[in-house]
Amino acid sequence: MTTAEIKKRGAYQKYASFFRLRFVMGLQYRAAALAGVVTQFMWGFMEIKVFLAFEQSNPAAFPMTFGQLAAYEWLQQAFLAFFMAWMMEPEIFDCITDGNVSYELCRPVDLYNMWFARSMALRLSRGLLRCFPILIVAALLPEPYRLMPPCNPAAAVWFVITMLLGLAVTVALCMIIYMLTFFTVSSLGLRLVFSCAVEFLQGAVIPLPFFPPTLQRIMERLPFASMQNVPLLIYSGSISGAAIWRAAGLQIFWLAALILIGKTIGRYAMKKTTVQGG
Amino acid sequence: MEKTKKISGTKLYRRYLSIHVRSVMQYKASFWMTTVGQFLTSLNMLLGVYFMFRRFGSVKGYTFSEVLLCSSIMLMEYSLGECIARGFDTFPAMVRKGGFDRVMTRPRSAVLQVLGSNIELTRVGRMAMAVVMFVYGISHSGVHWNVGRVVTVIFMLIGGTALFCGIFLIYAALCFYTLDGLEFMNILTDGAREYGKYPVNLYGKRMLQFCTFAVPYALVQYYPLTYLTGRSDNLFTMFLPLLATVFLIPCYLLWRVGLRHYQSSGS
Amino acid sequence: MIVMKNICKTYKVAKRNAGFKEAARSFLRRETETVTALDHVSFTIHDGETVGYIGPNGAGKSTTVKILSGILTPDSGECLVDGRVPWKNRIRHVAQIGVVFGQRSQLWWDVPVIDSFELLRDIYSIPSDTYRTNLDEMTELLGLSEILRTPTRQLSLGQRMRCELAASLLHSPRILFLDEPTIGLDAVSKIAVRDFIVKRNRAHGTTVILTTHDMQDIEAITQRIILIGKGKILLDGGLEDIKRGGSDIDHTVAELYRSYEI
Repeated sequence: MTTAEIKKRGAYQKYASFFRLRFVMGLQYRAAALAGVVTQFMWGFMEIKVFLAFEQSNPAAFPMTFGQLAAYEWLQQAFLAFFMAWMMEPEIFDCITDGNVSYELCRPVDLYNMWFARSMALRLSRGLLRCFPILIVAALLPEPYRLMPPCNPAAAVWFVITMLLGLAVTVALCMIIYMLTFFTVSSLGLRLVFSCAVEFLQGAVIPLPFFPPTLQRIMERLPFASMQNVPLLIYSGSISGAAIWRAAGLQIFWLAALILIGKTIGRYAMKKTTVQGG
Repeated sequence: MEKTKKISGTKLYRRYLSIHVRSVMQYKASFWMTTVGQFLTSLNMLLGVYFMFRRFGSVKGYTFSEVLLCSSIMLMEYSLGECIARGFDTFPAMVRKGGFDRVMTRPRSAVLQVLGSNIELTRVGRMAMAVVMFVYGISHSGVHWNVGRVVTVIFMLIGGTALFCGIFLIYAALCFYTLDGLEFMNILTDGAREYGKYPVNLYGKRMLQFCTFAVPYALVQYYPLTYLTGRSDNLFTMFLPLLATVFLIPCYLLWRVGLRHYQSSGS
Repeated sequence: MIVMKNICKTYKVAKRNAGFKEAARSFLRRETETVTALDHVSFTIHDGETVGYIGPNGAGKSTTVKILSGILTPDSGECLVDGRVPWKNRIRHVAQIGVVFGQRSQLWWDVPVIDSFELLRDIYSIPSDTYRTNLDEMTELLGLSEILRTPTRQLSLGQRMRCELAASLLHSPRILFLDEPTIGLDAVSKIAVRDFIVKRNRAHGTTVILTTHDMQDIEAITQRIILIGKGKILLDGGLEDIKRGGSDIDHTVAELYRSYEI
């Protein structure tokens, strides 16, 4: 092996051990996981009830089948940890604001990559721990609440692929916020505003198909639609055929763009930190 | 030792409040940013409701402005409750850091001290959004305002604030047993704020029963709302919100039981 | 006077082991074990005594302090502090005691120290003349006049500990519990804190119960030492009893811990 290869392997192992640690930590908080599942289940249920009431008042205005809506809501709850921008890591903010980040900078890993891996690990472990109970129970519910199976095998495969891409887009977006924190005194306001805007634009308040057509077309092109909107709509068949390729392509584009932006801001942030000493 | 008069609870609470105001003024910029953030958080709720009505027109016979009236009052109740009872909401941290032991070594009621430990003034941001929605709601909903209806709104605010304080108190009482897995309590707090934006009967009969007899949200929301919007003439509904304050009694009892457990287990 | 008679206390603790497999297993079933914190602890402390309560970490020191200050209820045994059962009438009891936790602050972080003091005056309903006398006395003894108007967060650890001491004594408690009051302090602050405690005890006859790992605290402040290990009282005597082993008190105590296998 060349030194570069050894270095790479070393870095990979570091990220892998990070993931393992996170997963074990997640497992230990059994009660928390259970409570989270119950909460998210209730959330999904209430959300579907709201849509049911609207559907009954004006069925013609409903932009998808009710089964598709139910699937969207359950998947959103099951994979909440993948896509919710507000689930950022307090430890990262703390270490930036209290200046401990200088210690992190001494370690032989790239800060951006490390935090990226760490956030991915945290979200993956949280999401995987919590999704199955919700998915199983939701699949057993009576109509109209039932979670339908993916509309065809290809959609299932695409669902998994675009969901991982969506997760990466979410993390890349949060990374930009972490990096911006280096430049603010109090990050709390920034975080609140950012989380709200993302929540709305990604279709977590109401799914994008429920917006007026013009607005919907604009929102679909923004990076936020590359988070949960794409995989969840592919699952239920709202996005199909060639549109899948387009949506996935857009996800890859935004992922690359957001990582580039994040890394660029990160470079300025590092410069600032090393010059000012934290 | 000489006998002295004990300072009243309300006066002591005002002293706590004054300390919090002075603390907040040390970080003015941060305070205003968080307040604005709180304001914007609630904007999502408003936008969500707006776009749903834009598409569907009405829901179960309720108009947009009637729903706004409902959600704004609920939001005000919640913000007030959270502002006052923030000490209970952040109680896990207090227990974990040992701050509650300090409370126990002081000769005043633990409830009063915990309330005083944290008064969240940034919630005026959420409150402001609620007021904006409320004003829009009353100017467009065609409610004929009279003394009875104004009093009803005031009763709703009192009852609702008490109700949310009670729920936060339950949350804190459970902290005496475990700090893990209390996330489900969010259903009763955040969930009520989120889904309380629509009148409870939207969620079906069983939900209405639950919200009448188990956790009495409907007493501060659905029933008085039928009176406000002229769906019912029953004067009784006007006083139902005050009945919701009775909910505080079991909450307090639970807290007492929890406190006794804490004293024997020391967690 | 403090009387503890056969006090016992046990805790239930959740077992939590490291490792992937263990974590997965405990996800399904959590095991608890019972830990004995205090095992028939008895002692009597008279008014005006200064007592050092020592022992290794986890020996039961803070459990004892928590029971005496009314925070915890013991499983069995009797405890009377000036004729009161601490956990029976908490409010009446704690009005007569002062507690300093060295590791946590009781002062409000963002406001001047004097504001915290005034809030304490209201919490304890201290009569204004008592408050004035106490504040003046402690301002002088602890040299607080410069720092009373400073927000707590701007104080050094030593300054903060001096303020903590003052805060715990504003209501003239008859008994003062000190839990590691000198932890992390520099030499000057340590000496100031020790001197103050001794003076306070002499002038007001305040009973002082001190837990610490710093043997110099013990030498400077206490007349009597209670050594606890694994929930049992192992030794109760004067400073001389400990010093008999040699002049270096740290070594002697380490030797004691070893001989009792704690």
